[in-house]
Amino acid sequence: MTAITVNDLPEMEDFGTPEAAPITKRDTVQSEAVELPIAASKPSSATENAAALRAFFRAVLPPLFGLFLLIGVWHLATSRGGSIPSPAKTWEAAKILFAHPFYSNGPNDQGIGWNILSSLQRVAIGFGFAALVGIPAGFLLGRFALLASIVNPLISLLRPVSPLAWLPIGLLVFKRADPAATWTIFICSIWPMIMNTAQGVQRVPQDYLNVARVLNLSEWKIVTKILFPSVLPYMLTGIRLSIGTAWLVIVAAEMLTGGVGIGFWIWDEWNNLKVEHIIIAIFVIGIVGLLLEQMLLLLAKRLHTEG
Amino acid sequence: MEHKDAKYVRVENVGMSFDTKKGKFVALSDINLNIRQGEFVTLIGHSGCGKSTLLNLIAGLTLPTSGVLICAGREIPGPGPERAVVFQNHSLLPWLTCFENVYLAVERVFAKNETKPELKARTQRVLELVGLAHAMHKYPGEVSGGMKQRVGIARALAMEPKVLLMDEPFGALDALTRARLQDELMAICAVTQATVVMVTHDVDEAVLLSDRIVMMTNGPAATIGDIVSVELPRPRERLSLAHDPKYMDYRSAVIEFLYAKQQHPLAA
Repeated sequence: MTAITVNDLPEMEDFGTPEAAPITKRDTVQSEAVELPIAASKPSSATENAAALRAFFRAVLPPLFGLFLLIGVWHLATSRGGSIPSPAKTWEAAKILFAHPFYSNGPNDQGIGWNILSSLQRVAIGFGFAALVGIPAGFLLGRFALLASIVNPLISLLRPVSPLAWLPIGLLVFKRADPAATWTIFICSIWPMIMNTAQGVQRVPQDYLNVARVLNLSEWKIVTKILFPSVLPYMLTGIRLSIGTAWLVIVAAEMLTGGVGIGFWIWDEWNNLKVEHIIIAIFVIGIVGLLLEQMLLLLAKRLHTEG
Repeated sequence: MEHKDAKYVRVENVGMSFDTKKGKFVALSDINLNIRQGEFVTLIGHSGCGKSTLLNLIAGLTLPTSGVLICAGREIPGPGPERAVVFQNHSLLPWLTCFENVYLAVERVFAKNETKPELKARTQRVLELVGLAHAMHKYPGEVSGGMKQRVGIARALAMEPKVLLMDEPFGALDALTRARLQDELMAICAVTQATVVMVTHDVDEAVLLSDRIVMMTNGPAATIGDIVSVELPRPRERLSLAHDPKYMDYRSAVIEFLYAKQQHPLAA
């Protein structure tokens, strides 16, 4: 198994294992074992528990307080009536909504679960194609300076353009709304992927490349044994940025294209004047985005520590 | 004794300059050096004198701006496994185990003529040679600095290079580990009859290991100031050498050069 670590800690040495001194090490372990019962006597474990409890509250209480603050302000702002529904009213609507998230009454009336899933599906497809194109492109740009100087100005020109500006092009080319929405996701995902991968390739430590040169490794070995493992953390950053942007853009794209999806659902509920559903959708989109981000952070962390 | 090429590595009128923002910087000028096959040569000088630059030139990692470098009768066209380098900071790939790091080199050089089990056996042998059989399936991050440098040496030796180039290989190690690795290196060289060029700034290391010590003047435009031939019999033993008058003479000759003739640029 080839585990992959990140090389930004080249001097991770000295884990306190003096080589050729296993006996000394064993000795210290034993002496620790002897001292351990004394160290782990009751008062110290009690203080440890208290410290853990304090750390737990410090981690949990402030965010909870923030959430209550938001709901409190929301409640005060809507207590005199008006068009924005109160937290309580929204909560009631949410309970009904999430009782049957996966019902389906034809293409224009589906549960919120289906809407979220079809948005996620579009993001996954658009993002997948972007990764398929963007990561190899990033490798090429990072590796060949001439290519980079040809393509980089184009990227700088196109990157600031809202991906929605590409939607009509998508509609024109694909003749259908659904692939056009996916197309906008592809466009918005591809830039961070290319840029981060290329940057990662350029930042591969010169030492590793010198090793490759002295060993006279083939380009294939250079890519698989040196470039890919050291670029991986940069690639994951690109993926995280891409997914974040894609999730932002899909809502707007679906509002324009219609069909099933969380963005279209919001627009539909606006037409039905169900404002509490719009607020619920805002929370749902936020939570899904947060989960996506956390999943990718977890993945990055796992690749970081293995090996 | 087989015939040994007295001019195995030839450095002829080599100069090296770099383009910097402040203009042209001449690092080396007019370097002439012949290295015998099987010889152990150290390059010593103050930091910034271009000794690593000279080593990189022999490695082919950089090409000279003037003059030629020849190894085994051929001009050095670029880096290659026949001139293996042990890097100062070991430069192991952290995502490969010690074994895999060495195997990468072995595979590159011998895969044409040998089967996979043979390649693995070869890798294992060279790791045993540097005393790392017990830790070869660990990752570089899991072993000490001394062990990492041994893997670096193993990787270079595994390629059976014509010339072994070492850039301050023991510079980052503590004194005890350094001494042990120096002894092991001498033993390995006695077995393999390797031609070695080593950069160092440690006078004792230079005298202990070398057949010749090449002393370089301070840069810019550094060149070879003087060469000391160390005629101490091998195998050398550090304890008895410590009181050997000849050893002391060589040592003071180098120190004389470094601290009287070529004061450190900052101290001057």
